[in-house]
Formats: sequence, structure tokens, C-alpha cells
Amino acid sequence: MKDEEKNLQSPFRRRFLQGGGALAVGSALPLSIMSSTSLAQPAAGQPRTLTMLAWYGHAEPDIVAEFEAKYNCKVKPKYYTGGDNMLALVSQSPAGTYDLILSDAEYVPQLRKAGYLERLEPKNYAFDDYFPEFQRFPGHWDGNDLYAVMVRFGFLGVAYNTDAVPESKARSYKVYWDAAYKGKVGHFDWYLPNMGQLSLYAGNKTPYKLDRDQFVKLKSVMKTLRPQVAGFFDYGGTFSGLKNGQLQLVCGIGDWITGTLARSGAKVSSVVPDEGGLQWTESLSIGKGTRNRDLANAFIQYITSAQGQVKSAKMAAYPALIPNRKGWELLAQSDAAEARRQGMVLQGHNVMDDIRSGKITFRQLPVQQSIEDWNDFWSEYKESA
Amino acid sequence: MSSNTLRRRWPLLLPPLLWQLAFFLLPLLFLFVISFWSISNFRLQPDLTLKNWDFMLNRSAFWSAYGHTWAMALGAAIVTTCCSFPAACSLAFTVPERTRKLALMFLVVPFFTSYLVRVYSWQAFLSDNGIVNVLFGLLGLDPLPMLNTNFGSLVGYVTLSLPLVTLVQTMGLAQIDRSLIEAAHNLRAGPVRTLFSVIIPLGKPSLVVGALFAFILAFGDFVAPTYLGGGAPPTLSNLIIDTTKSGQQWPRAAVVAIVMILTLVATSLVAVRLAYGRRK
Repeated sequence: MKDEEKNLQSPFRRRFLQGGGALAVGSALPLSIMSSTSLAQPAAGQPRTLTMLAWYGHAEPDIVAEFEAKYNCKVKPKYYTGGDNMLALVSQSPAGTYDLILSDAEYVPQLRKAGYLERLEPKNYAFDDYFPEFQRFPGHWDGNDLYAVMVRFGFLGVAYNTDAVPESKARSYKVYWDAAYKGKVGHFDWYLPNMGQLSLYAGNKTPYKLDRDQFVKLKSVMKTLRPQVAGFFDYGGTFSGLKNGQLQLVCGIGDWITGTLARSGAKVSSVVPDEGGLQWTESLSIGKGTRNRDLANAFIQYITSAQGQVKSAKMAAYPALIPNRKGWELLAQSDAAEARRQGMVLQGHNVMDDIRSGKITFRQLPVQQSIEDWNDFWSEYKESA
Repeated sequence: MSSNTLRRRWPLLLPPLLWQLAFFLLPLLFLFVISFWSISNFRLQPDLTLKNWDFMLNRSAFWSAYGHTWAMALGAAIVTTCCSFPAACSLAFTVPERTRKLALMFLVVPFFTSYLVRVYSWQAFLSDNGIVNVLFGLLGLDPLPMLNTNFGSLVGYVTLSLPLVTLVQTMGLAQIDRSLIEAAHNLRAGPVRTLFSVIIPLGKPSLVVGALFAFILAFGDFVAPTYLGGGAPPTLSNLIIDTTKSGQQWPRAAVVAIVMILTLVATSLVAVRLAYGRRK
């Protein structure tokens, strides 16, 4: 076991795992002769509970009701806000607490290295239906071992009020510095997307892999933006700021917020600027020590199927792009307007073209600096008026 | 109290003492202890290090947040006290007791609605296109930036504490012996002199305690500076959220929390002395 893994497993956790392991072996033997699929078959009687650690929305009725009815189960969510929060919840809970873990892709390697994830069987999932770019998503595989299945993704660019900001201006991050929008620029309060986007503006092709000089330059670029900024907002604050017109430009978000607002008639949109955009990615894994592996596996199959992908694309909490090509086809049949709005059309320009053109970079954790270095600068940036 | 009486009464004192021990002193002790712990791979690790204290207290950003929080809380205490006082005077001295009781009941009504909801509803009034600026426009005035400013935060703080401060002031002022006010009038003191020489000195404890409540509530409030102040510049509550949200730095957040508690204890001691201290 590597040092890093050792650090992440406390003596308590190890004892728990050892004890739990003995129990699991005992209880798993009779079960091992049955296939995981057969175990997840609908059953009469007492509903089972499937625990899920996720961003808000993933266990709401619009997503899980059909699954719950089919498998006579109840999906019990624990919602988190941010990858660090998710890692802390996983690391502080006994193994088996969460059957399913939905995480941002950049956190999957940390979860895997810490031993918090079960290995998955690739043949159980519809990877052949996925676009080739997403079949072996970085960080989800360790060699040929699979630990997470990509469920949905989206782009982060310039979010803007369509009444106040012309799209031509929004096509460059430069618009944040425009004197016409002084005091109307907001930040989604999370260092990772904001600093990544502004790193792209500062000319870094690999926005999270910065040497010392590039990091210094990024900081100085950001400091020049600070006088333009109205404030730093969480999901609710960003939502209401864009809706009531108080914010005309927001950095650090994309269609996952503006798409939700646009559905309710707000004059907002998002665009990937010429300097490039970021991709956020959400993936599902099975938590180590789960007692509902069959059901967890069935849920991943359900949500990555074409039908599940359509639900995920139109999720009430926040919409997203989907990696399953057959999901695109089904979405085009069932809701052509939403397919067009999100750019998931198989004829003509679509979001895959943006990825293939190199305009999109995966969001990731800082490579050459620590999370603390970036986060400390983010705090410093917020405090400098 | 004789030792006999104390022996008889201790079972009655036990529940609140246990409550305080379990839900105040022990968590406080834990907070203090974890301020010396460290974080490794997003997990709290028992430790005995001063690095969290060193990091936070040597950070200029911490002290600027501290100064900002203190100034905003003081401002909230002053504004709330000034806004509440006329209403409290009116309720204490000019209306019949039945009306006063009814009014005091209505003062509790705002607490039926979530504070967060009340703060959100202020956004409809304070935004650039909000109700207040629309009215300004009708009067031919230029719009004023109010949302995402210190003024916005102040509105939130006053929303939070005004009913409570008015209650405290009203109950304090209602205790003032009316004959002293009448004596002032008989001695030809005008309303202003009566106010400053009789009512305010006699009502000082309730005024100071009310202001202290407003200060305490504003000092620790996270909602108003976030949703009406735009989170910039950050208050100490914002700093705690930032510190825990990224990197799960609970020990550093504990340092901020302890400094906040110490500040509130010191402020309370000064306020109590001011309220109940004897004149020399």
C-alpha cells in the first residue's frame, strides 16, 4: 500500500474494514453464485435502501422515481456542496455508508487511491454507446481497472445577461474587464472554475498546470479584475443575481445554471469564449464496502442507458450534456428543442465539435501547486477590494 | 443562600447545568482542542501544533475581515438601536397596556418566517431594477446601488435584530417609574431634556442590552453579508465558510471561531458594565 493510501486509512477504519471484511466474506459467499443482475431484480416486500452521495438533484423524483418503482427501493441521498466536502464526507464515514458516490471527475483518482471505491466491471456498462472521447475518461481507469462511469458533463464559459451583453462581446473573457459592466460581474464562489477560466484568459493552454511564473501572472491578471466584481455567490445567490438582472456577467459557471434559468424565461445564456472553456464532468462510482452492490450497479446501468441519459440531460436541478450517443438520438426524438438548445444534435455543429477542436479543457485540480495555494489566493482575491 | 437551601435546590439546577455542559462547554472545549489539530488528506488528525493559529493570526486578510465584521456589527447595533427606540418609547409610554401587549405579540411575528426568506425578499427591493430604485426613478432620481454593498448587509442585520431589540427596549422602558417622568415635567423639563436626563439614563440597561443583542447577531451572521452584501469584503463568518469549504480546514476555522467568541465575551463584559455600572 502506498504511503498516501496508508495516511487515508485510520486505524479505526482499518479495523472496521478488517471486521467488515470478515463479515462480508461470510455473507458474500452464498451471494456470489448469483449474478449481480439477478439480485437487482424487482422484488416484492420491504423496499431496499440505496444510499447515494451526490450533488443536489441526482436523487430527486425526476431522476430516480422510475428506478425506485422498478427495483422496489428507495434512493436515499446525502447531498454535498463541492468536491472537498464530498471527500471529507467519504473519509469520515465508515466503509459501506454510501452505496453510490457521484463525484466530479477530478476527484475520482483521489477516491480511488484512498481505497474508497469498488472496482467496476467494464462490460456491465454501455461504453460502446458512448462517444469515443468518453469511453476511457482520464482518471476513471487505473490501467484496465475501472472505478467510475461518466454520467454527464457540461461546459464552463462566460454566463451573461442576453439583454445587457451582446454575444459577440461574451465570446471573450475580456468582457469581464469592460468598463460598461463594472460592478455587474459576479463570481461563482469556488476557486477551481474561476481560476481555471482566468488562467485560460492569461494564455495558459493547460490552465491547471502552471509553473511558478505562470501562477504569478495568473494572480496579477486576476487582481486587475477585482474592481469590476460585485461579489462572490453560491448557487442561490448566482441564480437570483442573474434572474433579477443584478449580475450581467458571471465567471465560473455555464449552462448548468443559465440553462435552468433560461427554462424559466430568464434572459441569460452561456457561451464558450474564444480563449477556450472548461469541462466539468460528473461520474458515478460504487462505494467501498457497499452491501447493495447489485442495486448500485443497476442504478449506474439505468442512468447511463439512453433513457436514463435523457433524464439526466433534462434534470430539474440543473441540465447537462450526456456522453451517450444513443441518449442524444433519443433526446432528439423526445425533446428536439432541448437537444438543439444544448447543442446535442448529430447533424450540424454540436458540442463534440468544441471538444474535438481543442477549445475545451477538462477541469482538474492544480497540478504544480497545492489546493491550498490556489484556495489561499482565492481568499486573498476576495478580500482585496 | 444557605447550604441547606442549596442542597434542596440542586436537583432543579442540575438540568440547566448539564445542558450547558453538554451543549456549550464541551463543544467549546472541542473547538479549542481541534484548533491545534492538523488536516491530512481532508481528514482531521489529532495533533498539537500552533500552525493554524500562526497562519490565521499572521494573515492580513484575517485582520481586515475582523475589522470589517466589527465595524459592521457596531453599525448594526447603532442603527438598530436608533430605529427601535422611537417605537419602544411609543409602546412603553403612550399606548394602553392592552395595545402594548398586542404590539409586542406582533413583534414576534417576523420570526415565524425564515430569516433567509426575509433576506432574499429584500433583493427584490434593493436590486438595481428593484422596487426602491423604480420609485427613485419615478421621482426623477438616479438609481442607487444598494444590493451587494455594505448598506445591503446592514439592511439584513437590522431585519434580523430589529424586532428583538424593540422588544427588549420596550420591556425595559415600560419598567421606568412614571412618577420620575412626571416629576421632570413638573420641574419644567422639556421633552428633550426629559428624554436625555430621565428616560435614557433609566432605560440604559435595556438600550445597552438591546444593542448588545444586535451586535452579537450581526457579528456572527452569515446570511446578510452573503446574500445582500455580495460576500465582499468577507466577514469572519464568510471566512469560516471559505476555510472549511475548500481543503476542509476545520482547525483554521476553529481559530476564527474562537477569536469571534472571545471578542463577543469581551464586548458583552464591557456592555454589561456600561449598562449596570454605577455612576461615580
